[in-house]
Amino acid sequence: MDLRRVLAPKEEIPAGLRLALGALTGISFLALWSWLTYGGLVRPDFLAPPHEVLTAALRGLERGTLLRHIQASLLVILSGFALASVIAVPLGILMGSFQVVAAVLEPITGFMRYLPVSALIPLLILWVGIGIEEKIAVIFLGTFFQQLVLISDVSARVSKDLIDCSYTLGASRGQVVTRVLFPACLPGVMDNLRVTMGWAWTYLVVAELVAANSGLGYMILNAMRGLFTDVILLGIFVIGLLGLLTDQIFKWIRRWLVPWSPAF
Amino acid sequence: MGGGKLVVDRVRMAFARRRGEPVVALEEISLTVAEEEFVAIVGPSGCGKSTLLRLVAGLMEPTSGRMLLDGREIRGPSADRGMVFQSYTLFPWLTVQRNVEFGLSLRGVPAAERRAIARRFIAEVGLEGFEDAYPEQLSGGMRQRTALARALANDPEILLMDEPFGALDSQTRQLMQELLLGIWEHAHKTVLFITHDIDEAILLADRVLVMTARPGRIKKELVIELPRPRDISLLTSPAFMAYKREVLELLHGEALRAERGASEVGAGG
Ligand SMILES: Nc1ncnc2c1ncn2[C@@H]1O[C@H](COP(=O)(O)OP(=O)(O)OP(=O)(O)O)[C@@H](O)[C@H]1O
Ligand SMILES: [Mg+2]
Repeated sequence: MDLRRVLAPKEEIPAGLRLALGALTGISFLALWSWLTYGGLVRPDFLAPPHEVLTAALRGLERGTLLRHIQASLLVILSGFALASVIAVPLGILMGSFQVVAAVLEPITGFMRYLPVSALIPLLILWVGIGIEEKIAVIFLGTFFQQLVLISDVSARVSKDLIDCSYTLGASRGQVVTRVLFPACLPGVMDNLRVTMGWAWTYLVVAELVAANSGLGYMILNAMRGLFTDVILLGIFVIGLLGLLTDQIFKWIRRWLVPWSPAF
Repeated sequence: MGGGKLVVDRVRMAFARRRGEPVVALEEISLTVAEEEFVAIVGPSGCGKSTLLRLVAGLMEPTSGRMLLDGREIRGPSADRGMVFQSYTLFPWLTVQRNVEFGLSLRGVPAAERRAIARRFIAEVGLEGFEDAYPEQLSGGMRQRTALARALANDPEILLMDEPFGALDSQTRQLMQELLLGIWEHAHKTVLFITHDIDEAILLADRVLVMTARPGRIKKELVIELPRPRDISLLTSPAFMAYKREVLELLHGEALRAERGASEVGAGG
């Protein structure tokens, strides 16, 4: 193995090396964590040692509470995300290719994109209450406007020649939209849905900040009151793992849905 | 102007600009293409060749003047004017077969008939065995073959080609020229073909129109009286060289004018 090649930009590295480096990161992380906790450098109510997090996990699984929290969070995330996607995908595609739609929507999206979702929570509570609707609404608002902007970008990048070519093949405007514009956007849409799915997870704790009695975010916030750092860490790990899992699922869906477009 | 499959009658095209004078791309251009004729247009870069073709395709509206196909005024794009672009315009989500079928499926041609027609044109452009390939897997030459088959499968009244081989390497380009010659010589389509390549224009066309620098007008028309069927070996014949010299001289003068024009526009605007 030539070290100079491995350390050159944009060069492929062997699969074995890639795995080894990944494993090394994981092991180093665990080692650092163990050293800090078992070595007594950090107090356990600041940072729980690994085995306590593991027992917290087993305890949660045994009592069924962990699964309940996971279910509750998944329901919130998936509903909010699905709702946002169902509206944002078609609207974004139209926005990127029809200047009329863009002109109507741009003032709102431009404004909403930069608003922290947490700033809207008081209003959301007033409008939809403190039930699951409010939590779904937080995820919705956190992803919808980002999706709209990203997908409108995808749509705007569809080549004009491709559209013009469809006209010369006899396509009507409606056919151009449904048979050319939509499929042409599909790979970009899938990529951006995957990215925004990741962002949806990052809004989970914010969503469960108010009046929740289940969910991973709630679990973390509740543990904070009793300084149960083991449960806090457990919540963080579970969110990370679920995020990773959904990301992988999106990769699979993309490969299955758009086999003709190489993923990156 | 009665005769002629395609009649372009005093068409002028000016593009509005946000600031300053509009850009006049075409100045009162008139031409006719006869039924089953192959007409090539050459001209300096930016003289409005693509604009002319897009106007005929109905993808833009002229500032003034009119265009007729079979005596009917051209209004908007339609399947009776097929176009092949320089850029790769295959639908990446469709296989070669489905790409070629695309125009037919828009018109609701039954699947079996559609498949048969597509097979025929795929064979004609020499792509048998690649029916199920996606554009991503094809070379540039194969993509343009597919684009040609797709345009032909639609059976247009006229085929508009805007530097269709411009992005290909010179060997592939020669193969494509031979392919197009072969197809045209037995299918006898009416073709309006734009190119930068003088050899290509003379080799393929019945008539070569040389355009002036922007604003584009037809500067000169050359009837190419080379015998058909033609092939690449013509490129070195004395008759071919004579045509080539003539076109080169015309274009050289225009290139000089275009340079000077560009610097004047630059100084004025
Ligand atoms: N949509 C447009 N808006 C404004 N100006 C345009 C537009 N399309 C073309 N032009 C201008 O019109 C002129 C002619 O353009 P056109 O693309 O027709 O030239 P061309 O002869 O095809 O050039 P090339 O040989 O480089 O392909 C150019 O100066 C170009 O900048
Ligand atoms: Mg051009």
